[in-house]
Amino acid sequence: MTRNEIIEQVNELLAGEFEVEVSDITPEANIKETLSLDSLSLVDMVALLQVNYKVTIPVAELHKIQSFNDLYDYIEQHIPA
Amino acid sequence: MNRVVITGMGIWSCLGVTLDEVRQSLYEGKSGIIKSQERMDAGFRSPFTANVPRPDLKPFIGRNQRQFMPEEAQYAYMATKDALEAAHLDQDYIDSHEVGIIYGNDSVAEATMIALDKFRGCGSTAACGSGAIFQSMNSTVTMNLACLFHLKGINLTASAACASGSQSIGLGALLIRNGLQECVVCGGAQEANMYGVASFDGIQSFALNDEAVKASRPFDRDRNGLVPGGGAATVILESYESAVRRGAPILAEIIGWGFSGNGDHISTPNVAGPARSLELCLKDAGIAPTEIGYVNAHATSTKIGDAREAQAIAQIFGDYKVPVTSTKSQTGHEMWMAGASEIIYSMLMMKNGFIAGNVNFENPDEETSCINVLGETKEIAFNQFLSNSFGFGGTNSTLIVKNL
Repeated sequence: MTRNEIIEQVNELLAGEFEVEVSDITPEANIKETLSLDSLSLVDMVALLQVNYKVTIPVAELHKIQSFNDLYDYIEQHIPA
Repeated sequence: MNRVVITGMGIWSCLGVTLDEVRQSLYEGKSGIIKSQERMDAGFRSPFTANVPRPDLKPFIGRNQRQFMPEEAQYAYMATKDALEAAHLDQDYIDSHEVGIIYGNDSVAEATMIALDKFRGCGSTAACGSGAIFQSMNSTVTMNLACLFHLKGINLTASAACASGSQSIGLGALLIRNGLQECVVCGGAQEANMYGVASFDGIQSFALNDEAVKASRPFDRDRNGLVPGGGAATVILESYESAVRRGAPILAEIIGWGFSGNGDHISTPNVAGPARSLELCLKDAGIAPTEIGYVNAHATSTKIGDAREAQAIAQIFGDYKVPVTSTKSQTGHEMWMAGASEIIYSMLMMKNGFIAGNVNFENPDEETSCINVLGETKEIAFNQFLSNSFGFGGTNSTLIVKNL
C-alpha cells in the first residue's frame, strides 16, 4: 500500500468513525483535537487501526503520535506486508 | 409516608414511539410482531420478533458518548427524554435537585458478543474499543442515562429477569414513600436483537405459527410459546408534594407494590408465588380486589405460565370477574422492559377509558377459563389497575396504580 493510499483510506476511516469531514483532516493537524478524542475514544482509534490494518500501537508509542503525519508514518512502518 | 405519583411517561416500543401512537395501536389491536428472515436464516426455531425501530441519537448525543450505549440504552434514552419532558423536568431543575434512576435491564448480549469477537479475532483487548466495557454491563442503561441527564440521586439497575421493569418501579416508589428520594426515573429496557434471545429460543420457549400476528396468544387454548420483544419504557416517579410544588402534571399514584419469590423451579412457575405477590400488593394498597378495574396480566403465551397466572388471579379475585388482558398479545414479551411498558400501556387505557383486547384470545382452555379475559377492545372506564410481572427464578412483582 502506497503512502497516498494509506492517507486516503485512513482519513476516510477516521472521518467516518469520529464524525468529522475528511477535509478537516490535514497532515500537520493534531489528531486528538481534530477528532475530539479523550483518553477513552483514543482507544477506539487504536482499535480501528488494529481491526482494519493489523497495526498495533503500544501505549508507550501512542504519545509520540500527535499529528496525522505521525500516524501515517507509524502505519507505513508497521503495516504487515 | 409520602404518596408516590407518576408525573411523566415515555416509551419506545413496537407499538409506537410516542404515547399517542401507542394508545392508538392498543385501541386498534395492532400487532407489533413480524416474521424475521434473519432469524430463520440464522437457525432460530421460531422466526417471530417484535418490530422495534432503531432510534437515531446523532441529533442528541455526540459520538464519544454514543460509543457507550448498546441498543437498549438507546431505546431507554429516547423514552426517558420524552418522559422527562412530559414531567416538565428541565435540565436546570435536574441540576439543582437530587433526581435518581432505577431501571430494569438483565442482558447486553449483542454488544458483549461483538466486543469479544473483536478481542478474539485480533488477539488484543484494545480491539474491543472504548465503549465495550460500558456497553456490556447490565447496569449500562442506568450508567449511561445518569451521565447523559446528569442525575445525582440513586443510580441502580434492577436485574430481576422479566420482572425487572416492575421491580424498578416498586423500588423507586419505596424510596420515595420513605422520604429517601423525591424523584426517581424508573423503567425497563430490552435489547431486541436476535443474539439476546438465541439461547431462549434454544429451550423451545418461543411461539410457532403460520402467521406473525397470530403467534402471541396469551391465555388462548392454542398458545404454544412467547414472541420476544424489546424497546424501553420510562415513568417518572415523584413524591406528591414535590409534584405539587413544581406544578407538574400528576397522572396517577402508585398505591401498592407486592413481591414474592417462588423458591421453586428456575423456569416453571407455580401458583402460590404469584398469588402471594398479588395478595401482598393489594394489602400494601389497602384495597379490596373488587376495587381493581383492570388486570394487566404477565401472561406471555406459554402453556404453563399463563395457566398458573390465571389460577393465581382467580384465587385472589374469587367471584369477582375482573377484566384481564395481556398486552403481550400485541407486543410480544418485552422481558426486562415489560413491567414498565405494561404500566404505561395500562395508564394509556385508564386515561382514555378503554381496555385493549387480548388479541388472538379465541378459546380459553380448562386452566385459563377461570378468569375473564377480554378478547376485544372495550370502552370501559376504570380508576385502578393491577399489573403483574413474573420472571425466571420465580421472581414476582405486582403494582397497583390509581388514577388521579
